[in-house]
Amino acid sequence: MEIHSWSLKELQDHLRKGDLSPREAVEGLDAAVAERDPAVQAYLSRDLESALRLADEADVNLPLGGIPIAIKDVINVEGQPCTCSSKILEGAYLSPYNATAITKLRAAGAIPFGRTNMDEFAMGSSTENSGIQVTHNPWDPERIPGGSSGGSAAAVAADEAFAALGTDTGGSIRQPAALCGCVGLKPTYGRVSRYGLVAFASSLDQIGPITKTIEDSAMLLQAISGADPRDSTCLDKPVPDYTAALGKDLKGVRVGLPREYFAEGIDPQVKSAVEAAIEVLSSLGAEMVELSLPHTEPAIAVYYIIATAEASTNLARFDGVRYGHRTAAAEDLMTHYGRTRAEGFGPEVKRRIILGTYVLSSGYHDEYYLRAQKVRTLIREDFSKAFEKADVLLSPTSPTPAFRIGEKVDDPLQMYLADIFTIAANLAGICAISVPCGFANAESGITLPVGLQLLGPAFGEEALLRVAHAYEQATDWSSKKPPLAPAKSGA
Amino acid sequence: MPSYLVSIGLEVHTQINTRSKMFCACRAHYGEPPNSLTCPVCLGLPGALPVLNRGAIEKTILTGLMLGCEIPPLSKWDRKNYFYPDMPKNYQLSQFDLPLCEGGGVPLYDLAYPKDAQKDIAQPGKVVRLTRIHLEEDVAKSTHHQNDTTIDFNRAGTPLMEIVSEPELESPEETAAYLNSLRQILNYGGVSDADMEKGQLRCDVNVSVRPEGQDELGVKIELKNMNSVSAVRRALHYEIDRQITALEHGETLIQSTRRWDDDLGETQLMRTKEFAHDYRYLPDPDLLPVRTGALLEKVRPLVPELPHQKIARYESDFGITHYDASVIASDLDLSAYFEQAANTLLEREDLHLKSPAKRVANLIINDLLAALNESEKPITKCPLSAAALAELVTLIDGGKISGKQGKEVFAEMFASGRGAAEIVKEKGMEQVSDTGALETFITQAIDANPDVVQQVKDGNEKSINFLTGQVMKLSKGQANPQLVGQMLRDRLSN
Ligand SMILES: [Zn+2]
Repeated sequence: MEIHSWSLKELQDHLRKGDLSPREAVEGLDAAVAERDPAVQAYLSRDLESALRLADEADVNLPLGGIPIAIKDVINVEGQPCTCSSKILEGAYLSPYNATAITKLRAAGAIPFGRTNMDEFAMGSSTENSGIQVTHNPWDPERIPGGSSGGSAAAVAADEAFAALGTDTGGSIRQPAALCGCVGLKPTYGRVSRYGLVAFASSLDQIGPITKTIEDSAMLLQAISGADPRDSTCLDKPVPDYTAALGKDLKGVRVGLPREYFAEGIDPQVKSAVEAAIEVLSSLGAEMVELSLPHTEPAIAVYYIIATAEASTNLARFDGVRYGHRTAAAEDLMTHYGRTRAEGFGPEVKRRIILGTYVLSSGYHDEYYLRAQKVRTLIREDFSKAFEKADVLLSPTSPTPAFRIGEKVDDPLQMYLADIFTIAANLAGICAISVPCGFANAESGITLPVGLQLLGPAFGEEALLRVAHAYEQATDWSSKKPPLAPAKSGA
Repeated sequence: MPSYLVSIGLEVHTQINTRSKMFCACRAHYGEPPNSLTCPVCLGLPGALPVLNRGAIEKTILTGLMLGCEIPPLSKWDRKNYFYPDMPKNYQLSQFDLPLCEGGGVPLYDLAYPKDAQKDIAQPGKVVRLTRIHLEEDVAKSTHHQNDTTIDFNRAGTPLMEIVSEPELESPEETAAYLNSLRQILNYGGVSDADMEKGQLRCDVNVSVRPEGQDELGVKIELKNMNSVSAVRRALHYEIDRQITALEHGETLIQSTRRWDDDLGETQLMRTKEFAHDYRYLPDPDLLPVRTGALLEKVRPLVPELPHQKIARYESDFGITHYDASVIASDLDLSAYFEQAANTLLEREDLHLKSPAKRVANLIINDLLAALNESEKPITKCPLSAAALAELVTLIDGGKISGKQGKEVFAEMFASGRGAAEIVKEKGMEQVSDTGALETFITQAIDANPDVVQQVKDGNEKSINFLTGQVMKLSKGQANPQLVGQMLRDRLSN
């Protein structure tokens, strides 16, 4: 049985029918990882023993009973490492507690399985900033899987995971999902508790599912959503039945096309894939509405000011005093801090800490941080106006398909621009999803996935899932498997 | 030589006696084994998030209301960034530009001044204005050893209230009065024990001097590390003298922070302004701003009677002196004791007591406080209940025993915890007020002293006292002297 190629829903059906046990599911998945991961490098670690123990006591009648889920290495799971792909935590921190998303997953019967690679502290768009290893795109091992949740997306794409949790601060779920050909959903800010998610930028971070199908996305979102007394920013709003939103037609659904998101700098193959998707949606009965998000251009600047400002203080706690890497005996306290952090953090993390420290410094605070907050409000207003005219908005997820490993490492600004379509959703706190919408042809017969982004208003996940599901059902992009994960039929 | 004006301002940090810490469910308690009261939140573990403790916010608002502060409708939380091992996140959750309380003031009570300064209060009734009160989290406790430093995170994340005054205090004595008055008010509100010697209240003191006639304040120098009110007073005396001497010698003072060394009795330079931190305040994205409206309505009815209100009420309702009222009001437990005893007596109209509250106050101030002090007991551990004290007063004021005997009975009650009536009976102290028994003694005294009787009849009032003395002697001191005097007068006036 090639069980690893199953979707989360397929696995659930088989488990409930008794075709296999949760233990067999975990063992089968582990075998696939053992076979494929040397080439993909999606996982940082796996604790098979604890996964099997949970599998043996799993109740398959629970919503996700007995289903292993890969976890981005930035979410705390009790007794597991949580390195954030950083040398500052690698081998020097075992989590003493569960993130609320994990507690909820466990309550739904799921089994946390393995820790996936990422850009260090979720800072990056290619997973090349991992302080531990480079993850390869299953569609072309010479290319990046996207980031920062590159490990989670690559694992799902390569059938090394049925589904995974990622985190999204400026596109870190959607962009790797797009570049690896899977479904990635960034929930509304406040939909999923951040307790136990190691913060990069607290006002932007959200945990969300990376899956093979829209239905899986709805199932996983269902399990992790909801209020949390440990996170004051997590809203006490009822969680609807997300799978109930699936299977509805698109008659009367208004899809907004923001002019600014189709302006320039989009790869022609990405553009034509997205245009074809628009055709499909129109043929399904959706109505296209052209509209404008006037503050799109300053969004990247606003994002890099707010995210780095928050990151500079969030990451202050990594000082080698209580946990994590600690430099050899230093002569004084400041030397201890300086050396511990110089040795522990990678270059991108340092760059962002310095940027964030600068924008908060007295004398610059108002000019940068305060002004960025004002523009953030304008961006939010752009979206509220847009959602008066449309139920969801549509854009490419990433302006280009996956680029080559090493291609942009020396040009951080170029890398930052890759987030152009995704960061606004985080700044506005709204929800968004990336769905596979075709392929771009690279040289020598290599094809690279392209993602379609749908953006919804705050707590509009149902609308997103409804449109994405209708599109998915009308196309067969999701069923395509990368060369590193041979197609079901061929197995 | 010009005379100098002194300006002192205080930043007081006081612990709030909540059950749990400011941002997590850990118990806020002292004296437990190191690092036993910790969790991912107060250890600053990766991913942990703070959640507000409503109780701490309510107690801060209560403090604000007691001190007449404005409570702005919106208050928020900010990260104050600096690296230090006692701070697990390397930022402190505090309040920067939207504190919970603004303005207000601390009234300086007469008895809050140091004893030797109470006779010479420069501005009786002075109220020192406050700038603001905000809430923040306390840091961990570092202990420095020879080769290393250990950190106990039990204190990390416990609620801490910062009360900032305007630089309106003009002497070390006023500063001491400010701290004592503030403590009294915090006690009244049940907000904090605010004992400096237990570290429940800590303060940074800013002091500057300037020649008389100069409007602009002098160079501000901050003093740290005073662990008692008297240390604050001593440090200020030292520092004011030092600054004046420096100015007299033509030196220029520079803005700086100095550490008080209590053993050497001097302040020492710690750092100058150049090394001042840039705290890079950031509104905390993990905590939502607080709307104070609903909290305010909840807290408003909890505002207690304040010390000056209590003193005024004692003067008017119980008829005791301002001084006695102030002494009793300086301690809430003592006040409760006093009121219980006094009210018990006031309800006993059948006894026709003249001013029982006054008698209670006298007994408390002259006898009870001394006895407590000597036995090192707080009023809450007093072996003598308020009801027992009231009983003693009924015996004295009802004429059963004399005031002098009362003192003796009091001492016995305090030592043994036994009731007044029992002691009086056992010692055979009961005054004879039985007129039948007295008549016999009076007849004996009159018969034995015809000359004196004649003098009384001639109008010599003093001679009554002689006869009374004779009756007392015959009764072995147990007759009620007032009653005897009255009966003698009645007999001899015919
Ligand atoms: Zn705690």
